[in-house]
Amino acid sequence: MIGTSPARTFIAHAVLVLGIVIVAFPIYYTFVASTHTLQTILRPPLPLWPGGEFWTNYSEALSGGVRRIGGVGVGTLLFNTTVMALGIAIGKIIISILSAYAIVFFRFPLRMTFFWLIFITLMLPVEVRILPTYKVMVQFGLIDTYAGLILPLIASATATLLFRQFFMTIPGELVEAARVDGAGPWRFFFDILLPLSRTNIAALFVILFIYGWTQYLWPLLITNSNDMNTIVIALRKMISFADADTQWQLVMVTAMLAIVPPILVVVLMQRWFVRGLVDSEK
Amino acid sequence: MTPRVVFPNKILPYLLVAPQLAITLVFFYWPAGQALYQSMLREDPFGLKSRFIWFDNFRRVLADPAYLNSIKVTVIFSIATAVVAMGVALLLAVMAEKVIRGKGFYRTLMIWPYAVAPAIAGMLFLFMFNPSIGTLAVLLRKAGVHWDPLLNGTHAMILLVIAAAWKQISYNFLFFVAGLQAIPKTLIEAAAIDGAGETKRFWTIVFPLLAPTTFFLLVINTVYALFDTFGIVHAVTGGGPGKATETLVYKVYNDGFVNLMLGVSAAESVILMAIVIALTAVQFRYIERKVHYG
Repeated sequence: MIGTSPARTFIAHAVLVLGIVIVAFPIYYTFVASTHTLQTILRPPLPLWPGGEFWTNYSEALSGGVRRIGGVGVGTLLFNTTVMALGIAIGKIIISILSAYAIVFFRFPLRMTFFWLIFITLMLPVEVRILPTYKVMVQFGLIDTYAGLILPLIASATATLLFRQFFMTIPGELVEAARVDGAGPWRFFFDILLPLSRTNIAALFVILFIYGWTQYLWPLLITNSNDMNTIVIALRKMISFADADTQWQLVMVTAMLAIVPPILVVVLMQRWFVRGLVDSEK
Repeated sequence: MTPRVVFPNKILPYLLVAPQLAITLVFFYWPAGQALYQSMLREDPFGLKSRFIWFDNFRRVLADPAYLNSIKVTVIFSIATAVVAMGVALLLAVMAEKVIRGKGFYRTLMIWPYAVAPAIAGMLFLFMFNPSIGTLAVLLRKAGVHWDPLLNGTHAMILLVIAAAWKQISYNFLFFVAGLQAIPKTLIEAAAIDGAGETKRFWTIVFPLLAPTTFFLLVINTVYALFDTFGIVHAVTGGGPGKATETLVYKVYNDGFVNLMLGVSAAESVILMAIVIALTAVQFRYIERKVHYG
């Protein structure tokens, strides 16, 4: 190990602290803004420290203030967003673990065809096929439904590929041993494969939850009624810089409510998240 | 490659792949096919009449100055975002490798922006930088900069790049840290014994060995700047002022859903698909088995 001089270590810490200030500042600043009165926000520069309106603003926002400016209660918004994020995370994990299981542990005609059919979808995010996908949703009557928010976004190959890669590292002897002991495919799946995949599932869950929570374009298109909005979309609708009536303190509270849940998920599940992110991309 | 031991069932595997296959066919292949077909149609906005016109839409799109402008905007935006996000992240990762204490603490604070939706990131930066009530805009004005992202195209672009890059720093940081940890310490120590200083060690050993990570992140960041930043553009500038920040994805949305030029929008979608396929092919050609999440 090469020793690092104290001066160099100090510089490293200084750069890191500066980096964190840059990275964390916008979030901190939002929090600060959510604790001041509208008058303070409208007369910039805003103080660097939280003001005394924390309880006033948050209780006003939660008890109908957001409904007044956005048309929907903040509870509905958080519920919609949670349903969408969980639906995408859980749905994608289920369908992809099943298909990866089939592709790795069974031999059947068209196996590779199916694999390639799924694999190709890896390349195309929903953004490049919005209009036709929207048409399909209209035909199925899925506008303004949770299914409409969730289904098109779970048609992607990433999770399948990850599980496939992981399954291929499982030694054939394990399958053989299970078969000798009389375990059928379902038994093997639930008693051996699922417990082994726990870490992968946890990692994938965090990544997909964030992916679902932060969606923008798709919910924007697929929800017409305010009741089905996700919190990100609702926030966008509340903000108007031209309009002097924007209740900024309430908007900032909403922004905090939109930011904090996914941050908590990432920070609390950091171990799996970091491992999953870095491993799955290799 | 795959375990040679498999289960002998005949029907079960089909049932297992069925859900994913069904969703993929209905929400992926069907719309993608529609996009291809529609890109060769000319339709009136009400969908009453349509005519098959082969590649006319493509010709029209590629000859359209607005489209060429949007290609230029996208290229500038993507390169700037990738360079800023990766540069800052690399610097921070190298510094984080040096410190012994507080590594976990720094990492925890560094990954926050990953969880923030791009659109919200955009709104937060707009809140800080908008000319009327943004604190940082006021400070900039006091410093003598005529800052106005709502009227000045360059300023709008700078704001978008900052917001987009900010959001991506955490991701790049995690990968650079992982990449740095994978570099054998013996190489660096050998260089140190030979008398190479810290800067020289970085540029001659660490940076070249980091190349796979860097290249991989370059592709990922480009894809991110191309697609995931729609929210930022829509929430912050709406493609404006003028068309100064109209990226390709934003144009597909705008032409399709706002201007209702369906054939044109479909043709633009198809061009985008070609770009993504090319990027993914590059990615797989040079860094095998590295897969993008999306």
